[in-house]
Amino acid sequence: MRRYLLGRLWQSIVTLILATIVVFVGVRALPGDPALALAGEDRDPESLRAIREQYGLDDSLLVQFWQFVSHAARGDLGQSIRTGESVTTMIANALPVTIELSVLAILVASVLGVGAGVVAAVRRGRPAEWAANALALLGLSVPNFWLGLMAILYLSVALGLFPASGFVPFFTDPVGNLHHLILPALILGTGLAAVIMRQTRSSMLDALSADYIRTAEAKGLSPRAVIGRHALRNSLIVVVTIVGLQLGALISGAVVTERIFALPGFGKLTVDAVFQRDYPVIQAVVLVTAAAYILINLLVDLLYSVIDPRIRVRGDA
Amino acid sequence: MNTVLEVKNLSVTFRTEDGTLSAVDRVSLEVGESEVLAVVGESGCGKSVSAMSLAGLLPRTATVAGSVKLDGIELIGADKRTLRSIRGREMAYIFQEPMTSLNPVFTVGHQIAEVLRTHIGLSRQAARDRSVELLKLVGIPSAERRVGDYPHQLSGGMRQRVMIAMAVACDPKVLIADEPTTALDVTIQAGILDVLRELRERLGTSIVLITHDLGVVADLADRVAVMYARRVVETAEVHELFSRPQHPYTAGLLGASPAAGRHAETHRLNEIPGLVPVLAEQPDACTFADRCPRALDTCTASEPNLTPGPHRVACWNPVREPVEV
Repeated sequence: MRRYLLGRLWQSIVTLILATIVVFVGVRALPGDPALALAGEDRDPESLRAIREQYGLDDSLLVQFWQFVSHAARGDLGQSIRTGESVTTMIANALPVTIELSVLAILVASVLGVGAGVVAAVRRGRPAEWAANALALLGLSVPNFWLGLMAILYLSVALGLFPASGFVPFFTDPVGNLHHLILPALILGTGLAAVIMRQTRSSMLDALSADYIRTAEAKGLSPRAVIGRHALRNSLIVVVTIVGLQLGALISGAVVTERIFALPGFGKLTVDAVFQRDYPVIQAVVLVTAAAYILINLLVDLLYSVIDPRIRVRGDA
Repeated sequence: MNTVLEVKNLSVTFRTEDGTLSAVDRVSLEVGESEVLAVVGESGCGKSVSAMSLAGLLPRTATVAGSVKLDGIELIGADKRTLRSIRGREMAYIFQEPMTSLNPVFTVGHQIAEVLRTHIGLSRQAARDRSVELLKLVGIPSAERRVGDYPHQLSGGMRQRVMIAMAVACDPKVLIADEPTTALDVTIQAGILDVLRELRERLGTSIVLITHDLGVVADLADRVAVMYARRVVETAEVHELFSRPQHPYTAGLLGASPAAGRHAETHRLNEIPGLVPVLAEQPDACTFADRCPRALDTCTASEPNLTPGPHRVACWNPVREPVEV
C-alpha cells in the first residue's frame, strides 16, 4: 500500500512539472508582444524597454522559466497587469468560492445520481425506472444557464426564497454563505446527477447479476444489505471515476453558473483575465487548474484502492 | 430416519418473451437426517433450478408450484421474511463457481461473519472468532491469518472451502451443494468432498448434492435421484442404482462413464443417441422415448409415473437385468 501511494505521488509530481512547462511555453507562444500589451497607448521605445526590463522579458527563456518556477514555488505568481494586485491573492480569494460551490454541487449530484441510479437498477422495468430515466434525460437536455435563470426568476425574484446573486464568505456568515450557494449548487448538481445516475444504474445492473449477489441472497441477508453493501460497493469504482472527472471540470468550468449568480469565483477570474489579456493571471489560472486536476486524480486513485482491495495488492506486487 | 426435507410435485415455469417455459416438472424428493442425496442429470435437466427454487432464490420471472417442507415448515409461498430467516440458517447453499461466488471487495472473514451476525446476532468480535474456527473446520491452514484475506488472494479450492465455511456457519439442517466440485481440479475436488463428508459426520448435516459427475455421486451419496428433461426418472439407494439401474436413461448414463482398467481398444464408451428435448416442448409421453433403445408404443402415448417402493422408476419398459459397470 505504501509503495502504491509513493508511486502515485511521484507520478503526480512529474505530471505537475510537465504541466508547468506546458503552461509556461504556451503563454510565451501566444502571438503578440506582452510588452506592447502592457504599454497600452504609450508605445515609445524607451518605455517598452523599461517594461521589458521590469518583467525580465529580455532574459532567455530558461532564465525566465527559472524565475517563474522559483517564484511560484514560494507562492508568488506575479502581479496582475491590470490591477497590480498579487495574483496569488486574487486566486486565494476566488478559489475557495469555486471549491465550495463545486463540492456542494458534487454532493448534490452524487446523492441524487447514486440514489436514482440504484432505484432504477433495482426497480428495473417498473415505473420507478422509467421516472428515473426520464428525469435523467431531462437533466441532461436542459442547459444550466436556462435552469439557473428560471430558478432566479421564480425562486429568488418571485418567491424570494433565495438571494438572486452575490456571495458571503463562509467565515463571515456561514448561514448566509450556504443560502447564497445552495441554488447555484443545485443547478450545477442536477445536470451532473443525470450522468452519475446513468452510470450508477448500469454498473448496479452488472453487479446485481453477479454470482456473489446470489450468494448474499442465499445467506439470508436483507435486501438492504444485498443492495446497499454487496452490490453498491462493487459499482462505486466507475461512479467514483465519473465524480472525480466532474469535480475537475467544475473547478475550471463553472464559468456560466458563476456568471449568472454573480459569484466571485475562479471561473469569473479566468474569464476576466482572458478578456483583459492579463497574462500573469492566465498563466496562474491554468497552472492552478492543472494542479487541481492532478490532485483530484490522485484522490480518485486512492479512493479506488479503498473501495477495491484488488487494486491495493496489485500495487504492492 | 427422520425426513428433514420433503419436496412434493415441485414445478417451476419461467415467463419468457416466447411464452411460458417449463424447467422443472412435478419433482418429488425426500432427504433424511444426515443423509446425502445426489441429484444427477445432464446440463439443463432442471437440477439447479430445482435446487434454487427450494429457498425461493429464483428470479421474479419464475413461478414455483408444489410443496417444499423443511422440518414440516412449508417454504413455497412463504413470505420473504420467513424465507430470509431460513436461508443461510436452516438451509444453506454452496455454488459451482468459487471464483465469482464470493464478493471481491470484502475479506472472507467479513463474509462469513456476516451470516453469523445476521442470523445469530453475534458481536463483531465473537463472529470473527467463530469465523476463524469455521475456517479451521473446513481445513484452511493458518486460519487466523487467512480470515483477513480477500477472495482474490485465495486459490479456487480455498475459496470453495470458504464457501462451505460460510454455508455451515449457522449449522444448517440442509446443505445444498450445486456442483461444488465442477470448477475445480480433480486433486482439489477430492479435498472438498472430504470436507463435505466430514461435516455430515461431525455436524449431522443433510446434503443435497447436485452434480453431473457420477464419480462424485459414488464417493459421497447415500441415495440418488436421476433427473432427465425436468423430471425425476429414477431414485434408489446408491449401490442399488449403480448395480441395478432400471431406467434406460440411468443405464445409458452409467454406460457412458469411463472406468479404470478399461482400454479404448476393447471397451468403447456407450453414448446416448440424440439430444435432450427443448424445454418448451411438453409432450404427454415419456420425455426420454425419442432417444430410448427400449421404447414401446406406450412410451410415446402416455407418461409413466414413478413406481412406489425404495427403488422407484418412471418407465414403461424398465431394465430388469443387472448391468456390468
